[in-house]
Amino acid sequence: MIIDHPLLGPRDSAEFTYMGDARLIDRPDPDAETAAQDFYEYGYLRDNPAGWHDELWFHEAGDRSWLVVTRNTLTHEISKVQLARDVARSRGRSK
Amino acid sequence: MRYSGFKVIKEALTGHKGWTPAWRAPDPQPQYDIVIIGGGGHGLATAYYLAKQYQQKRIAVLEKGWIGGGNVGRNTTIIRSNYLLDGNEPFYEFSLKLWEGLEQDFNYNAMISQRGILNLIHSDAQRDAFIRRGNAMILNGADAEMLTTEQIKARYPFLNTDDARFPIKGGLAQHRGGTVRHDAVAWGYARGADGLGVDIIQNCEVTGFRIENGKCLGVETTKGFIGAGKVGCAVAGSSSRLMSKADMRLPMESHVLQAFVSEGLKPVLPGVITFGAGHFYCSQSDKGGLVFGGDIDGYNSYAQRGNLPVVEDVCEGGMAIFPAFGRARLLRMWGGIMDMSMDGSPIIDRTHIDGLYFNGGWCYGGFKATPASGFCFAHLLATDAAHPTATAYRFDRFEKGLMIDEKGMGNQPNLH
Repeated sequence: MIIDHPLLGPRDSAEFTYMGDARLIDRPDPDAETAAQDFYEYGYLRDNPAGWHDELWFHEAGDRSWLVVTRNTLTHEISKVQLARDVARSRGRSK
Repeated sequence: MRYSGFKVIKEALTGHKGWTPAWRAPDPQPQYDIVIIGGGGHGLATAYYLAKQYQQKRIAVLEKGWIGGGNVGRNTTIIRSNYLLDGNEPFYEFSLKLWEGLEQDFNYNAMISQRGILNLIHSDAQRDAFIRRGNAMILNGADAEMLTTEQIKARYPFLNTDDARFPIKGGLAQHRGGTVRHDAVAWGYARGADGLGVDIIQNCEVTGFRIENGKCLGVETTKGFIGAGKVGCAVAGSSSRLMSKADMRLPMESHVLQAFVSEGLKPVLPGVITFGAGHFYCSQSDKGGLVFGGDIDGYNSYAQRGNLPVVEDVCEGGMAIFPAFGRARLLRMWGGIMDMSMDGSPIIDRTHIDGLYFNGGWCYGGFKATPASGFCFAHLLATDAAHPTATAYRFDRFEKGLMIDEKGMGNQPNLH
């Protein structure tokens, strides 16, 4: 698979480490009433869809950036690559 | 029809006109006591033990394709019980004991060959870890033996024990481990279950569950609604897809694992050898092909095929430990979809929905577990209680901090 890095251009996926579902960006509020249940679900439960999946890839053997890659788990086709930082900020995270 | 040597000779003398199909092809009944979803090794074994061991009646196995077309036909055929943790080792040893009596039990030649498995060690730390593992195995009634470098040299003279990077400092052997003709496991269980009255329904995909007031009443399928007192799911890599139809999110990711077989060679490799440090293991099939594999690709996939970086990584591992195998040509390679759980261990448990039961999360180790998985799932379905060897395989262990994490990797499925 080739991942089209937003800053570096097309790179071999072997340079990256797969870090799971991009929903992991949305860390639960530790002060919420339901924090224990929320963190259990955050830590352990996954949608694991067959089809399009937003997922985190860490450019470990590259520029160390984290990406959100939209990839089809049935075909391995990649339709979109964004910096995880931009995605996190667009969802209201400070960094 | 009972298979025997006498029957083979009789058929040979009479033109092989007396053989009949090994299982029927029935149409589904409107209602069953127990419906098993998934006609793979685990599902068929479950149906077989439900009928045979627990005397259940009116059982169906639903398979969306053909039986044995999933991971039971896609693995590297190894059986062993060399686990460390209390939640696992009694279960896998139970499974190995079932393997030892399986062919007589279901009257089918599964070519079970206890040719032994050897885990190589290269450092003091690895030796300590494997001695501990061997002791845990012996404590649970399994066999284990630490071999010295000299013993390994005598048994496997082709191994280079003086390699600069990975000198072989010994190994943990389990002589009762070995290999099995994997397809025959599915066929043997199917034939055995069918003979006990189980309906095996192929080309019948489950499209949904009928759940009313927290109780599962049956399944919607491509052949219509099928009612069931209890529904058991055993669909391995498709677990998340199936259980999402019951609005469940599972503690697992589906990953692709590749495996490889070379052209047939004369006998060259006795037993199974694992080179854990190089992420490589290999055995030789009865047909002569070298059957080998390594790590999972490491990203979510339902594609049943992997990518080239892992092919290269596995072959590098193989060349590091068996340079001579570089002369063999690769015959086939394939990918299977692994239901990688969050701690690397399986789940055999009830769900929160009455009448709906789940068996999955086998990661890349489901084949060796087939008999015990079927037996324990049948026990759960028949008695509503966990089998004594499978009490740790609960859904709620993640919530309660009771993980069974053999590799100590945490909730990162691609590292197990």
